[in-house]
Amino acid sequence: MSRRSEVLVDADWVQDNLDNPAIAIVEVDEDTSAYEKNHIKNAIRIDWTKDLQDPVRRDFVDQEGFEKLLSAKGIANDTLVILYGGNNNWFASYAYWYFKLYGHENVKLLDGGRKKWELDARELVSEVPERTETSYQAKPQNKAIRAFRDDVVAAIGTQNLVDVRSPDEFSGKLLAPAHLPQEQSQRPGHVPTARNIPWSKNANDDGTFKSDDALKELYADEQVDLAKDTIAYCRIGERSALTWFVLHELLGVENVKNYDGSWTEYGSLVGVPIELGANK
Amino acid sequence: MCGAKAGGPDASTIKPGETTIQGQVTKDGEPVVGYVRLLDSTGEFTAEVPTSATGQFRFYAAEGTWTLRALVPGASADRTVVAEQGGLAEVAIAV
Repeated sequence: MSRRSEVLVDADWVQDNLDNPAIAIVEVDEDTSAYEKNHIKNAIRIDWTKDLQDPVRRDFVDQEGFEKLLSAKGIANDTLVILYGGNNNWFASYAYWYFKLYGHENVKLLDGGRKKWELDARELVSEVPERTETSYQAKPQNKAIRAFRDDVVAAIGTQNLVDVRSPDEFSGKLLAPAHLPQEQSQRPGHVPTARNIPWSKNANDDGTFKSDDALKELYADEQVDLAKDTIAYCRIGERSALTWFVLHELLGVENVKNYDGSWTEYGSLVGVPIELGANK
Repeated sequence: MCGAKAGGPDASTIKPGETTIQGQVTKDGEPVVGYVRLLDSTGEFTAEVPTSATGQFRFYAAEGTWTLRALVPGASADRTVVAEQGGLAEVAIAV
């Protein structure tokens, strides 16, 4: 049985639930100012740069910080959170994974995100809703879905490593997607034995996810044995959160981790192996 | 949008030396808001941008042959474009 209805909602469902107080619609965008222009009615915003990152160290906000954030946003432990965003849900997927990391199980993605909503010519508004503050209780991080650098090094040649960046980033021609600043990691390339399966192959033109059968075929064609443990990575862990969502949430594959340090960390480590060149 | 300049974004704002593909998406002669995808010569996705309020878009890309795919409510259209190193390729897309 497909797991889709447990992890995804479509635009019609959101349209029918815009005024439902038991749900929180949350926009998370790479362009954190997109929300200010307009957003889905009654949607609130989470800013991935300010709200989800420790202001000093390179790490996430801690458990207490996540509790404060969700309390202030008016999200309770039993609130159904519907995440959506631009860029084919890159950062909404990242937020989904992040909510799961802190144990919020009642969370779903709007299939197609902001793009599908706009292409359907559905209403967007500028009013910012008020939500009553809560006392949110988070769980300790679920490390079963988060990979760290040593996990990645240990996975070389033994687990599936899925590099979801563009072919030019994978081969070492670029350090970041063509439209983003070319900076941050010291060396280009990819983790040895990684397969390059760009995130975009998971999605249709309108940003919705491909069918389960098409997704299974994609990973089989790319010689990813889903019976093995898998680590997905990209540049900073947001595009790979989308691939994590596809594998772990849509296809129900166990033992899939997202490496949020991703290439900006791995490509700056001293002494680790790096491979150059296209997918073999 | 009434009074908006026709065509792509102002060329004076292009980063010097960049290979640029830009233009405007229109429907029935009027600018239309949507998304533009940049596909490589094998049809693989490379990048996507939302258009401006006046249907304008811009990509910095490598030289070569590309396909632009405009997506707007209720319609889509593809255009092939050849980008030359350091040059500006201006593409009008009527959907």
